[in-house]
Amino acid sequence: MGSRASTLLREEEIEEIKKETGFSHSQITRLYSRFTSLDKGENGTLSREDFQRIPELAINPLGDRIINAFFPEGEDQVNFRGFMRTLAHFRPIEDNEKNKNYSGDFIAFRLYDLDRDDKISRDELLQVLRMMVGVNISDEQLGSIADRTIQEADTNGDNSISFNEFIKVLEKVDVEQKMSIRFLH
Amino acid sequence: VCGADRACALCQCVWLYLIISLIMIPAMFGFSLGISETYMTILMKILEWATVKIQKANLDVELKASASNGLIQREDGSMEKELGELRRSRPKPPVGGDFTLSDCFYFSRKGIESIVEDEVTQRFTSEELVSWNLLTRTNNDFQYISVKLTLVYGLGIFVRYCILAPLRLTLALIGLSWLVIGTSTVGLLPNSRIKSWLSEWVHVMCYRICARGLSAAICYHNRENKPKKGGICVANHTSPIDIVILCNDSCYAMVGQIHGGLMGILQRAMVRSCPHVWFERAEMKDRHLVTKRLKDHVNDKTKLPILIFPEGTCVNNTSVMMFKKGSFEIGATIYPVAIKYDPKFGDAFWNSSKYSMVSYLLRMMTSWALVCNVWYLPAMHQQEGEDAVQFANRVKSVIAHQGGLIDLQWDGGLKRAKVKETFKEQQQKKYSSMVVGDDSSSNSD
Repeated sequence: MGSRASTLLREEEIEEIKKETGFSHSQITRLYSRFTSLDKGENGTLSREDFQRIPELAINPLGDRIINAFFPEGEDQVNFRGFMRTLAHFRPIEDNEKNKNYSGDFIAFRLYDLDRDDKISRDELLQVLRMMVGVNISDEQLGSIADRTIQEADTNGDNSISFNEFIKVLEKVDVEQKMSIRFLH
Repeated sequence: VCGADRACALCQCVWLYLIISLIMIPAMFGFSLGISETYMTILMKILEWATVKIQKANLDVELKASASNGLIQREDGSMEKELGELRRSRPKPPVGGDFTLSDCFYFSRKGIESIVEDEVTQRFTSEELVSWNLLTRTNNDFQYISVKLTLVYGLGIFVRYCILAPLRLTLALIGLSWLVIGTSTVGLLPNSRIKSWLSEWVHVMCYRICARGLSAAICYHNRENKPKKGGICVANHTSPIDIVILCNDSCYAMVGQIHGGLMGILQRAMVRSCPHVWFERAEMKDRHLVTKRLKDHVNDKTKLPILIFPEGTCVNNTSVMMFKKGSFEIGATIYPVAIKYDPKFGDAFWNSSKYSMVSYLLRMMTSWALVCNVWYLPAMHQQEGEDAVQFANRVKSVIAHQGGLIDLQWDGGLKRAKVKETFKEQQQKKYSSMVVGDDSSSNSD
């Protein structure tokens, strides 16, 4: 008792989210509490400003890109379902459910692929690099870093990185361990 | 009809005499008749019984005993450590900067962790209770459990709203008006030791009545460390009631902006009987003026210790946020005080974006009670080679440690203001040095 949010979230909805994302019942109710506490306008959806009110996120160099990952193409509001779907990418996957729809590298790819055309172009890579380093590195140096990265990853010579090429580069990195969040209970 | 009238008048007389003798006189002279202690004991027993009942009924739902624990377990590795691990899988390129596509993992994970749970935004709303305390306001999920529980809950509403609240309101009004009248009267006297003594007595008495007006049960610890004249008392801030809590035991000089209206009347009356430090709105912007006035007050050893809340804003009593360094630059002795409220009996936090002062006070008067612990900590001085910010942080951690609160570096001003860009720039700089090494300005190509 005490969680003010659980009355507004129906049991059927919790079950559906559970099936879709794999979160447990208590995790879903607690995340719903968190969702409503971020929802200052109390209209059941979050806007980008609601996310930016979190100081730790506002000072994250990739903060804006991460916030963007929650919003579907062209939309400005995200509801609880969308919120949970994005968070599901960060849940550690148990061995019996290797579900490619919810994987950390897909989200990571989206972080770079700003226009969502399933390719990371040189410009897009440069933009993200610029976000991460701020003003501390010159344009030329950043450019050469981007060129080298694309050169290493690009296997089909189209001067951009596709999702498969992206995965190939990361195959030695334990994506699950590095991208997933340890949810308790 | 005549008989009923007389009975009514008699009733009111009795009611007034009861209030005066049972509550006000003990409050004025600082002793206790034990009525509130009995009330508290009964209340504790009822709340314990209610908790057991609720827990028994919710055996299938996981206990929220872990409410104070996090939802996620955070990796607290530094940027260097985390990125180092991410890059382990590939050799460092000879030229051009050390960047790999997996670097973004570090930032994205930190970002998502802060979306799920962050240290700051939760401090500006009331603390979640582990188990319900029979107040409507702490439970929007009321499930019917048993007849007895519902009856107790209903009785609680009746007692709190119809008996306790009017009583408390009367007391608060008496206390405040007496404060104005008493201090103005004392202010007419010429400056002398008697005047100071009388002024202190009037202040403490009125605050005691106000405390009874909130059914406050305060426990003071380590009273040998009480702040002395010529010093500055600093405490963590949860609500304006902190002032009543602290002034119940000792006399302080207040610092603040002069308001209009009722508040202004109170402030002007108080300053007649003993010196407080009130500023006009324009003066508050001038930091040198503020520091000078505080310094003058502190250097006059006959004046009362100043009471300051360095957080600058109310937070929800689970943590202590950044202390503003202004009071620590004056060079006076600092007397830290830690205040911790017990949330079972009523939520003391003033969420100023949600409730106005008046509705907040009314909520306080319809809670069960206000229970808190006050610890007086040993005096602290600024040490050699320590600047004001380090001194402030040192005092803050002492207070946090004593009160069982979390010590945070974040600024309480984040309640309303955006976080400064410089923090993001710091992160970017740090990451850049990991990409190109420390000489980020050179072209190594």
